[in-house]
Amino acid sequence: MLFSQAGQLSTSYAQDRRTWRLRQQRWAMAALLALAAVALPLAGTDYWFSAILIPFLVLSLAGLGLNLLTGYAGQLSVGAAAFMAIGAFAAYNFQLRVPGLPLLASFALGGLSAAMLGVVVGLPSLRIKGFYLLVSTLAAQFFVLWALTRFGWLSNDSASGVITAPPLRIGGADVGAPAGRYLLTLAIVVPLTWLANRIVRGPVGRQWMAVRDMDSAAAVIGIPILRTKLLAFAVSSFYLGVAGALWAFTYLGTVEPNGFDLARSFQILFIIIIGGLGSILGNFLGAAFMVLLPVLLSNLAGLVSGGAIDPGQLENVQKMLFGALIILFLIKEPAGLARLWHAAGLRLSNWPLRP
Amino acid sequence: MHQNRFVLRLALGLALAATTLTAAAQAKEQYFPLQSYRVGPYAAGGTGFFGGFIDYMQYVNLKEGGVNGVKLVWSECETEYVVEKGVECYERLKKGLDKAPAAATNPLSVGIAYATLERSAADKLPLITINHGRTDSTDGSVFPYVFPLQLNPYSEVSAIVNYIGAKAGGLDKLKGKKIVTLYHGSPYGKETNPILELLAKKYGFQLVLLEVPHPGNEQQSQWLTIRREKPDWVILRGWGVMNPVALKTAQKTGFPSDHIIGNIWSNSEDDAAPAGPAAKGYISITTHPSGTQFPVLQDIRKTVVDAGKGNLADPKRFGNVYYNLGVVNGILNVEAVRVAQAKFGKRPLTGEEVRWGFENIRLDNKRLAELGALGLVQPLKLSCADHEGGGAVRFQQWDGQKWNVISDWIQADRKLLRPIIEDSARKYAKEKGITPRDCGTKAI
Repeated sequence: MLFSQAGQLSTSYAQDRRTWRLRQQRWAMAALLALAAVALPLAGTDYWFSAILIPFLVLSLAGLGLNLLTGYAGQLSVGAAAFMAIGAFAAYNFQLRVPGLPLLASFALGGLSAAMLGVVVGLPSLRIKGFYLLVSTLAAQFFVLWALTRFGWLSNDSASGVITAPPLRIGGADVGAPAGRYLLTLAIVVPLTWLANRIVRGPVGRQWMAVRDMDSAAAVIGIPILRTKLLAFAVSSFYLGVAGALWAFTYLGTVEPNGFDLARSFQILFIIIIGGLGSILGNFLGAAFMVLLPVLLSNLAGLVSGGAIDPGQLENVQKMLFGALIILFLIKEPAGLARLWHAAGLRLSNWPLRP
Repeated sequence: MHQNRFVLRLALGLALAATTLTAAAQAKEQYFPLQSYRVGPYAAGGTGFFGGFIDYMQYVNLKEGGVNGVKLVWSECETEYVVEKGVECYERLKKGLDKAPAAATNPLSVGIAYATLERSAADKLPLITINHGRTDSTDGSVFPYVFPLQLNPYSEVSAIVNYIGAKAGGLDKLKGKKIVTLYHGSPYGKETNPILELLAKKYGFQLVLLEVPHPGNEQQSQWLTIRREKPDWVILRGWGVMNPVALKTAQKTGFPSDHIIGNIWSNSEDDAAPAGPAAKGYISITTHPSGTQFPVLQDIRKTVVDAGKGNLADPKRFGNVYYNLGVVNGILNVEAVRVAQAKFGKRPLTGEEVRWGFENIRLDNKRLAELGALGLVQPLKLSCADHEGGGAVRFQQWDGQKWNVISDWIQADRKLLRPIIEDSARKYAKEKGITPRDCGTKAI
């Protein structure tokens, strides 16, 4: 038995509503946060920050945004990258055109701009459902990219349509170095994750799930369908917008509209499908799978082959392997990695006894 | 006991020997991180360019034992022309290989170059964007670590317009002419739009800009627009699969191929040949002819390819435009290392030292003949302020089988472009809070 839940009883409603009711869970969480916020910045290298940790965090946040909409409120969308693009370009323009605006405020404004677009895109969701809604979010995806390339003002008339993030400063402190950018990303992703966790466990989350499971039944018990759906679109788009701003500002430092193309939307959709729909943890697991595994494979391939295999073919082998792994995971656990994690936790809590 | 001590000593001795051995080996190596791409829609360009680059480095190692005894080493990381992957590769490779310091990065992608531009300056590692890149990085006082060698995008467009002007009988005859530019929907493709608009205003020709979304395998509507517009010339600013599709669609819509001028990334055999007969008569610019007649290429064939060490999977591509560009790029990178070694000593150099080497490249015809690259590389003189150097192109025409050079060197109007480049660089410096270096003399 690795840990025991014996004696950990809730004595008040507040205790009972806690996210982590077990002492061990809280310790593990605290240890994880300490690792992320203290140990990694001390021990990490530029490569870890810039190429692995920051994209992992940003894509986790994007996955979280889409998961609120698709996993919790049941509205399918393939426009995730469009909302990210709005967030990135809006944050860039606010930062550029409003002198003295704090960096965090432009991230928030970027998120709010995306949320506004999200509400507009969400309007048809009252009438159309499922795959048909998917098509209308697809329209948003193409429209946003078209608008961003069509109107040069949005990229400050940059010749090539590429925007470059301004120097990252927060309250006079320079956070432009890789470790600083990582900490900034972490400091945004963690509170937003906490907030999402509160939302889905509160009344709003219950309404979303009721609408997801059967919206006519939800309407019958008095849940305002339109408002609930639009709120889901708004909150989800806000998260995606902030993720887009982080993608442009803390990860790449530069971004072009095509960086947010349909392939990015699919990538985020795959993150939540592989990670687990309707799960907070799943987004992080899914993002880890999608970001870290290809990097790991490519690093391993370099080590194993030692230059003996043609690099082009090596790359194709990695793609096949990655595809096979996705299929394998989906067959073994269609509910996603989060479910796998949960099952493993249950087994471990009883180990070595059978559950 | 004794045996234990013996084993311990042996192990210690071996470890020591190993470290000294590797240290000796490491002391004499210069590393080139290669952000290559061999899969995806732009694989033809990637395999050709990096094939030529690697073959040239291989050649320098086999023929001369490296640069003044410093061996060249490299490793590849696949980017697929995708920005995030390029950044990951940059971060992975920038530290060097087994203590061999990195000399310069050559991503061959405008998107990746933009994303690693600031990182390069912070890491003091030259970023080479031969024949492409961000135009204002030509101003080395603001962009000390970026080198759009030979030809930046503005020079390229200016040379094409000069050629069209010469065809019409003088630049003043351009008034009233109509030119359509069909460009790739990427940072690379859009880079020249402002300068085209400026030239259109200056010379009074009518300009129509048409975008082809990446990767460009569907262009029916664009070419129907072109047919409606009836332009005198079409400038094709394509990349990869977009080029043959453009030529085929042009034929389908009845636009004559000898009035299409391909830019520097639409000029290879891999662009024209797949279009079959539709490409016959197609004109494009080039900074270097294709072909294997140059002594350096003959030598590479002898020492590298015939020895079975060539990098190309398809030996028929030896000497084509992409491959030769890779060789040219190799020559320039190695020359920078050589120039820098003359100043800093015959040892592996840091990125900062190699940057000095790039800024002091002086390639005249005599030096080019020594390198066996006369006619392959244009005379080039770089400086602290001028990171481009050449700015001249030749025009070539596809006869259905191969390219034939049809013009002498045509120079871009660099005097006209320089103030625009400096303005743009200064704007960037202000946005970023960079104080430009003092380069002393005037650039051009």
